[in-house]
Amino acid sequence: MNLSEFGRNSIWAAIIAVPMMISPAAAQQFIPVTTYDTGPYAVNGQPFMDGFVDYLKMLNARDGGINGVKLTWEECETGYKPDRFVECYERLKNKGEAGASLFNPLGTGLTYAVIDRAPQDKIPVISLGYGRTDASDGRVFPYIFPMVTNYWSQSTAKIKFIGQKLGGMDKLKGQKIANVHHDSAYGKETIPVLAKQAEIYGFEVTHFPVTHPGLDQKATWLQIRQYKPDWVILRGWGVMNQTAIKEAARIRFPRDQMIGVWWSCAEQDTVPAGAAADGYICAGFHAAGQDFPLIQDILKHVYDKGDGAGPKKAVGTILWNRGVVNAFLSVAGIKTAQKKFGNKVMSGEQVRWGLENLNLTAADIGSQGATGLVPPLKLSCLDHEGGGGVKFQQWVGDHWEMVSDWIETDQSIVRPMIEASAAKYAAEKGLTLRTGMSLGSECP
Amino acid sequence: MAFDWLFFLEVLIAGLLSGAMYSLVALGFVLIFKASGVFNFAQGAMVLLAALTFVRLVEMGAPLWLAGVSTLMVMVVLAMLVERLVLRQLVNQAPIILFMASIGLNFFIEGTAQGVWDSDVHALDLGVPDLPIDVFGMLISQFDIFAAAMVAALVVVLAVFFQKTRIGRALRAVADDHQAALSVGIPLQTIWVVVWSVAGVVALVAGLVWGSKLGVQFSISLVALKALPVLILGGFTSVPGAIIGGLIIGAGEKLAEVFIGPFVGGAIESWFPYMLAMVFLLFRPQGLFGEKIIERV
Repeated sequence: MNLSEFGRNSIWAAIIAVPMMISPAAAQQFIPVTTYDTGPYAVNGQPFMDGFVDYLKMLNARDGGINGVKLTWEECETGYKPDRFVECYERLKNKGEAGASLFNPLGTGLTYAVIDRAPQDKIPVISLGYGRTDASDGRVFPYIFPMVTNYWSQSTAKIKFIGQKLGGMDKLKGQKIANVHHDSAYGKETIPVLAKQAEIYGFEVTHFPVTHPGLDQKATWLQIRQYKPDWVILRGWGVMNQTAIKEAARIRFPRDQMIGVWWSCAEQDTVPAGAAADGYICAGFHAAGQDFPLIQDILKHVYDKGDGAGPKKAVGTILWNRGVVNAFLSVAGIKTAQKKFGNKVMSGEQVRWGLENLNLTAADIGSQGATGLVPPLKLSCLDHEGGGGVKFQQWVGDHWEMVSDWIETDQSIVRPMIEASAAKYAAEKGLTLRTGMSLGSECP
Repeated sequence: MAFDWLFFLEVLIAGLLSGAMYSLVALGFVLIFKASGVFNFAQGAMVLLAALTFVRLVEMGAPLWLAGVSTLMVMVVLAMLVERLVLRQLVNQAPIILFMASIGLNFFIEGTAQGVWDSDVHALDLGVPDLPIDVFGMLISQFDIFAAAMVAALVVVLAVFFQKTRIGRALRAVADDHQAALSVGIPLQTIWVVVWSVAGVVALVAGLVWGSKLGVQFSISLVALKALPVLILGGFTSVPGAIIGGLIIGAGEKLAEVFIGPFVGGAIESWFPYMLAMVFLLFRPQGLFGEKIIERV
């Protein structure tokens, strides 16, 4: 090719390429994916975010996104550290056509770090199954969504479950419960509600904090042996969980009287504990396993094409499914917003409206192939939780078996506490409760 | 209510057994510091690499002995690479430079270990039951007794290696005086490879013990944090110091958590060892068994 030929070709290439570059790109809804693939909690963070991303990939591959709007995302590593999550939040909040749709911090401490920022930036934060619990009151926390079941609600279901095992709530009187918790914002969240329930039902509760990361808990479990509890509630995360299960075996505490929060109840917690985990009971707000059409679709459209975010063996495990459920509910919020604002890219503020007006009925869940995977939910300004129940499962050597039906939470205990705590927060921050038609939602 | 001496004894024994496991990690630090003057920040990462390599090979079907030998080879190769690519380049540099290099090494080894293998958690069963035995009403873990026996055996092997073998004596000569050792023909670079390899062996033993206790995962690299107060207390240059320091720290933190913790809100065992070590520093800066540093100017 001589020089003049090269010049002519270059001009033709430019004529063809420039219009392609300036033609409008397909609409894309941006969802930040803040994760932790490194550090002591990567074991838990990785399958969760793999499930989250796999669901988004499946929607793009199967449906072309949501109502013609492609989903796009970018991952950012937080290491389960609030300061690094804030960095990720700041870096990603303005990405995409309409900015970030929402954030999923995957950590109570991480959520706390952006509670003040989210309303200013008008970006909702979903804290699925974690704190802060009193953010269930949307009048004070319009942008925080502790969806499905918060920690306090879960605690009431746990005590109900113990009551059922004992043969009635009246049998709780005189029982001793040891609350072994991660010494962090997350771990401490249920202390007030346990105190309230102890007052109502007449049981005794003592708290045993375990410092991060919980590698050696002998001293804690020797104290528990001395205390002689009837039940142990475990609120751990990461390596703390299997260590606690093993230490329970070492003091011969019956594992079927040990009940974990859902963050202490993944295969990553029970498999390394070996036989010590047999009989261990856990709370859950979603199901495990692959026997759901939605998950079969992920296998078909993502994994069978070699595009899975993680290893195929993780599909159907507790944390991977939780990631899917988190993405499923995030997308449900976006879809609800689209019904009101049109099938286009939604801003954070519009997604917030969608989440607050989410009414996920059993029929909706069924039509998306997730019956049994997620409970029906109905959110409102007053209730950012949605009224999900809690199921209990037991480890039987190599898998979980359900040992209860959905147990309803006791809102007669939880709701007044949430409102009182949220009101206290509002007073500290000088906030006024939303009332009437506020931010597009009706607040009673 | 009368003081329960039996419970006190149970806590003390549990603490001593935990302390033995801390000593195991501290030993790796001491060996490298003695021979090359480097405070090896990457010791925890070496524990992770060794344990991950071992457990993944076992999962791939290798018998335990083959996995052990292969992992040892990996640790020797790592020692050679560290000598060639890091230590040799930093000869005569200030200790702080070597320390900074070991921080970089730490991140490199952690990342490589997780990149080559994975960051999942792996169960490791050494065939020793992790169940308690009843001794006069006290519950003592069989696994912890096994771990303490491993530490004792390792110390005996190291003592024989240092005292009775030619290479061990050369190591001690280098530890005492680099220049004098060089002047009598001891090859410094070979010695560094040997000592980092020995530290790799200690890392493997620590990784196996901690890995079968916690599951092999990233968190076992954090056991290095448990070794720091042990080193401050026992001295950075003393093998007996690492053992005695570990036992004092283990017993001290457990007794403090159980008998003082409830009065101050609990969860004090993470910082109590550092406070204990700091108090020791005030009276004996070189640690219990460390060499007193006298610099003439």
